[in-house]
Amino acid sequence: MNPVIKLEDIRKTYHTGEVDVHAVQGISLQILPGEFVAIMGASGSGKSTLMNLIGCLDRPTSGRYGLDDIDTSTLDRDALADIRNRKIGFIFQGFNLLSRTSALENVEMPMLYNHQHIQAQEQRERALHALELVGLSDRADHYPNQLSGGQQQRVAIARALVNQPALLLADEPTGNLDSQTSIEIMGVFQKLNSQGITIIMVTHELDIARYTKRTVVLRDGRVVTDDAVQNRLNAETELRNLREAHQAIKLTA
Amino acid sequence: MRIFATLRTALRALRRNKMRTILTMLGMIIGVGAVIASVSITSGAKQQVEEQIASLGENMLLIFPGSFSSSGARLGWGNWHSLQLEDALAIQTQLQGVTAVSPENRTRTQIIAGNQNWNTSVQGESPEYLQIRQWPLAEGEMFDNQQVRTAAKVCVIGQTDVKELFPNEDPLGKMIRVRDVPCQIIGVLQSKGLSPMGQDQDDIVLVPYTTELKRINREDWVDTILVQAVSQAAMPIVQQEITDLLVQRHHLKPEGPRDFLVRSQEDIAQAASATATVMGGLLAGIAAVSLLVGGIGIMNIMLVSVTERTREIGIRMAVGARGGDILVQFLIEAVTLSIIGGGIGIASGMGISHLIASLTHWPTLTPIVWIGIASFSSAVIGVISGFYPAWKASKLDPIDALRYE
Repeated sequence: MNPVIKLEDIRKTYHTGEVDVHAVQGISLQILPGEFVAIMGASGSGKSTLMNLIGCLDRPTSGRYGLDDIDTSTLDRDALADIRNRKIGFIFQGFNLLSRTSALENVEMPMLYNHQHIQAQEQRERALHALELVGLSDRADHYPNQLSGGQQQRVAIARALVNQPALLLADEPTGNLDSQTSIEIMGVFQKLNSQGITIIMVTHELDIARYTKRTVVLRDGRVVTDDAVQNRLNAETELRNLREAHQAIKLTA
Repeated sequence: MRIFATLRTALRALRRNKMRTILTMLGMIIGVGAVIASVSITSGAKQQVEEQIASLGENMLLIFPGSFSSSGARLGWGNWHSLQLEDALAIQTQLQGVTAVSPENRTRTQIIAGNQNWNTSVQGESPEYLQIRQWPLAEGEMFDNQQVRTAAKVCVIGQTDVKELFPNEDPLGKMIRVRDVPCQIIGVLQSKGLSPMGQDQDDIVLVPYTTELKRINREDWVDTILVQAVSQAAMPIVQQEITDLLVQRHHLKPEGPRDFLVRSQEDIAQAASATATVMGGLLAGIAAVSLLVGGIGIMNIMLVSVTERTREIGIRMAVGARGGDILVQFLIEAVTLSIIGGGIGIASGMGISHLIASLTHWPTLTPIVWIGIASFSSAVIGVISGFYPAWKASKLDPIDALRYE
């Protein structure tokens, strides 16, 4: 099986003023289709920089990056934009939905920039289908300010899915959510992953990382550990436990 | 890039901030409105002048008596009785391109009919006068050459005189007294309205020029000679021929000075519409300045909008919008602003000119071509003022834009 992501000795150096900041110092990494990877590390460990590089928002100073067998190291701005559109679905910590724009239109938005023209009717169907995958088809006409944080993040996930990318890239997707909603979102990810979608997620929360299949820990721009997750949590089970615990508190009180 | 989707995005962005959109458009509305209103007013004025000039007559040349130097003192045009009846007859008989000639003498005097009296302009003319002036009769008939030869005591009167002297009766066949000459009314002119200089053209009594010269005024010179050329194209030639003929008849040196002046209708028209043109230029200048201000307003708001929506730009870029897509989006927004503003401006400019027309009775006219020019320049202003902000937006770095708070 060809890897979705193949990083070979990736380095990124920022030239800010007098000193050079070596944010990523030689990372080599392969991620296969169907994997669910958590990238962890303290702030300044280079995980955000790595995320931007994998997401084709930035280009490495040196090294080779193959995404779905395309060598992205040499592409220009416009070509990178097209790669992001076709191959990558982004999910952000702050949801980053367009305000005063309905959930459906938010989900349709990436298709506007698709190179093949998609009929308005098909756009709508695909967006509705994506919303259905995240369990929000009944909220299609709602505006972001009418949705809870968890619902907004589901809309963002639907938006990331709508162009059928090779890879979902989530940057601290649960950072702005309470613990129960966080588990719900991880449940969505686990469901999508079980359908074969590759997911890479940056997080600094250990218990959130335990819902993934593989954890890569960074420090000072280098990979420290890269292990399969032991005692993987299942979001559905955890949610049930959580509800029962709540129920118990209510009964005793 | 799909234009319709982008257009929809732009419209939605404009709807989101209605007050700001309206205020920004106001610059364009005022600018374009001012252009359309000023153009309407000046072209209306110009058209009116042209119509009045045309009402003077068809292919008409006017010969005025000239200036004269008397012992070193130079008198202005018209102060010398240098035109003779014989000059008019010579022009009529000797020149090829002339179809009609009327020697004209004007007297302002009191006319009396019954117990009414009225001060009017009494003009001695030839029977061809009505043909030259393109002036039909309402009733009766014009005097003929026989009556000119006999200096008959007949006259043709204008509508103003009818109104003043014969308010409730048919003037035809009645007698009026011009000074001490009783004249029978044989014809009544149709109304011709005001002249380009604002004079009432209907306040007129026409008599045979012989009657005027021999009976009423007893003069032996002619005030003006009206000449009709055979066609528009023949006018410059006829003008030159008249000049040559009169130079010869008056025993003048060919290189001047002249004691007469030949003016064509076009000369008069140009002088009259020159004022309207200057006025129009002035108004158009003011309008152009307000358009410029409108454009600057759009650029200002677009710059604010780009800064405000940096994060949106970042999101769009993250999901795959190219720099060009962002550029087009903001450009369309600016052009939409300016075109809608321009459209409302055209409508309100026309509204204002109609209002002015109905309040002041100035004629106004909005030429179609100016509606086109106004629409086109609105679009151009939108592109020019929107380009820099849109370009700035398209050059944003997606990572920085996404982090922007």
